[in-house]
Amino acid sequence: MAFSRDWLLEDSPGSRLQARLGRLYRVLLALGRNPLAVIGAAIVLALILAALAAPLLATHSPTAQNLSARLTPPGGAYWMGTDELGRDIYSRVIYGAQITLAIVLLVAVIAAPVGLIVGAVAGYFGGWIDRILMGITDIFLSMPKLILALAFVAALGPGIENAIIAIAIATWPGYARIARAETLTFRNSEFIAAVELQGASPFRVIALHILPLCTSSMIIRVTLDMAGIILTAAGLGFIGLGAQPPLPEWGAMISRGRAFILDQWWVATMPGFAIIAVSLGFCFLGDGLRDVLDPKHGEKG
Amino acid sequence: MNALDLAGLDVFYRETQVTYGIDLAIAEGESFALVGESGSGKSTVLKAIAGLAPQWRGRIAVLGQERSHGIDRGFARRCQMVFQDPYGSLHPRKTVDATLSEPLAIHRIGDADRRVTQMLDAVGLDPRFRFRFPHQLSGGQRQRVAIARALMLEPKILLLDEPTSALDVSVQAEILNLLKRLRREQGLTYLLVTHNLPVVSFLCDRLAVMRGGRILEVADAGRLRAGTLEHSYSRDLLATSGSHALAPALETSLDAD
Amino acid sequence: MAALLEVENLRVTFPTPRGPVDVVRGISFSLGRERLGIVGESGSGKSMTGRSILKLVRPPGRVTADRLQFGTTDLLRVTERQMRTIRGARISMVMQDPKFSLNPVMTIGAQIAEALRTHQKLPRRTLRERVLAMLESVRISEPERVAALYPHEVSGGMGQRVMIAMMLIPEPEILIADEPTSALDVSVQAQVLDIIDDLVSRKGMGLILISHDLNLVAEYCDRILVMHGGQVVESCAARDLAKASHPYTRGLLAAMPRIDETREMLPVLDRGAWGQA
Repeated sequence: MAFSRDWLLEDSPGSRLQARLGRLYRVLLALGRNPLAVIGAAIVLALILAALAAPLLATHSPTAQNLSARLTPPGGAYWMGTDELGRDIYSRVIYGAQITLAIVLLVAVIAAPVGLIVGAVAGYFGGWIDRILMGITDIFLSMPKLILALAFVAALGPGIENAIIAIAIATWPGYARIARAETLTFRNSEFIAAVELQGASPFRVIALHILPLCTSSMIIRVTLDMAGIILTAAGLGFIGLGAQPPLPEWGAMISRGRAFILDQWWVATMPGFAIIAVSLGFCFLGDGLRDVLDPKHGEKG
Repeated sequence: MNALDLAGLDVFYRETQVTYGIDLAIAEGESFALVGESGSGKSTVLKAIAGLAPQWRGRIAVLGQERSHGIDRGFARRCQMVFQDPYGSLHPRKTVDATLSEPLAIHRIGDADRRVTQMLDAVGLDPRFRFRFPHQLSGGQRQRVAIARALMLEPKILLLDEPTSALDVSVQAEILNLLKRLRREQGLTYLLVTHNLPVVSFLCDRLAVMRGGRILEVADAGRLRAGTLEHSYSRDLLATSGSHALAPALETSLDAD
Repeated sequence: MAALLEVENLRVTFPTPRGPVDVVRGISFSLGRERLGIVGESGSGKSMTGRSILKLVRPPGRVTADRLQFGTTDLLRVTERQMRTIRGARISMVMQDPKFSLNPVMTIGAQIAEALRTHQKLPRRTLRERVLAMLESVRISEPERVAALYPHEVSGGMGQRVMIAMMLIPEPEILIADEPTSALDVSVQAQVLDIIDDLVSRKGMGLILISHDLNLVAEYCDRILVMHGGQVVESCAARDLAKASHPYTRGLLAAMPRIDETREMLPVLDRGAWGQA
């Protein structure tokens, strides 16, 4: 009986767990009705699968060089062809998924909570706290993301860890703005006044009452942002400031393939397709999530 | 000792003065109404007492104790508030159970499970609503949850801001009955803000008529029922109430039933 | 009295995850040059009824009826384009909150002129005269000054009067007012309703007043329909409301507190008593 469909859709749940899981299930059901969202979710899942099962899915080692087979067109043993050092591009793309996923997850995990907290605190307290926090945020926001990331990587030194930190630093201010805007919409609502009246400390109000309401818009924004993060990482890799060789980072692969783009198009285009596919996947998923989680659509009873 | 004492209360919102020299004394166990139209300042008085409108001068004493201008944890256990909008006063992401357990957790009161079930029963909410979210409840049910929440800390005084204005007539009757019963059972003091005079007749002992931030008249509910309020504005309010228009006809036809 | 509007077996259905739900369940009524009140609580279907007359129910909602006759026009058969010439010009609707119905970035005078210009081609000066005359007829004492204001610069009561002016300036035959005074103060309510009443009787219009307030409807209408659960449970003359026979209406009347209230408890409606979902 537990965890069955009826149990999840029960109108009068018998426990907090049942209520929470029920809500999650309804969200997933609603998401499933949107074909683009399903496609997006499938792509994202494929990315995760590729990253987790890379050793199983790859046909060759991503770093093994085979100079006699350099620049082979796709087909035969090399599904996507080889690059200028004879490395199998397909395997490099698969292993590159690990790097992409790592970048995207780490940036989200670092930037989103920081942005969320800064925005919620600024929105809740208002006054000079708000002005200081938003001033800092605005300083970061006023610079283009790629330039900002470039500056940090240049200062910290090239490498994938520093690329991740740099992108995270460039990304959190956007989340802070969103969290603040969300917070302001219900800062003066009666349910916040009610819990303040009960004697709750500001910490409690922010942590337990305001942050949960910001999560929907954060999830949507982070998901949609992932495409941008991937492109920024690829951009850094393209310039040579991100993942260093021989790591199969997609952006770096495109960069190297530039030299051969006219005759051996596959070297640059295969990782390019991968970037496009994954970015689109996150966009579709994010759009679908917005349709489902936006309070104006799904939640009204 | 009075439940509530207000002396010379001037409340400000930013630079504007909203109330002027409000003086009120409400006895323990009394049910008192502040009536007036929008802009009369009645809700502002309530907010100042609750600590939600911190810019004021004058004196506010609750159960003999003067209160500070902002939020006060000790105060929370003596006085709570029921808000007007049943759609806005409950956190949309928290179940009924979570909403009712919150005040207990804040004040580290144990035995939450038993207290929550008891309170649901006291406000007439079936236990099967316990883990629902607000959007799965009707307006009347939400208002019951709001009342239950206000009573979780066992306050002696309830501030009620237009508690039934947003409800249908039939639901309003249920909530009014509930409020009357709870007051009797728990010996509560009510300060009710409303523009609806018949509600005052049903639920209150005394009332004050407010306009433009000032109290024009304080009277017994009996005078309201008899239609003998003194101030000309009070009489105007009575006249535009309208419900008495139906009443005489209703009496005769009900008798004829 | 020739009927302005005849409605037979009106049904409004909405699809829900649990199957189609009838919000209005086959109601019938007619409207002459009189004031008809439709009263009900939330969910009774009264607002949907008003909207379906004006074909304002959007998909996925569906409106069906055996008859929906407006004078000589069969509203069931008209195209959307023809409907647009009827809305505002021959049947108008005033809604609850002027905050949401008035365009915040246009002056009041411009909006009222627009309402007229949509249906009649008139020279600018005539338009302006008509706008000012209309503002005066809704008892706005300084029409030139108010015509230059924006909606957020006027009070709720005045905003609602502007709404009425806008809706009545094309001189429609029927006015549907959906909770026109619910967002207003009690003292202003009476003024606004008096204005509606006055204009409607002067121009010989039909009025459908939709409200949850029994007293209001009893005072300002000739006939009353009480709706509950999508159906009409009571139909009577306004002055006979106190003698209503249906248990729901009587229950509603009894459940309202009175100024001279002496009852210990208010009688509560037994919601299961008449087969409501």
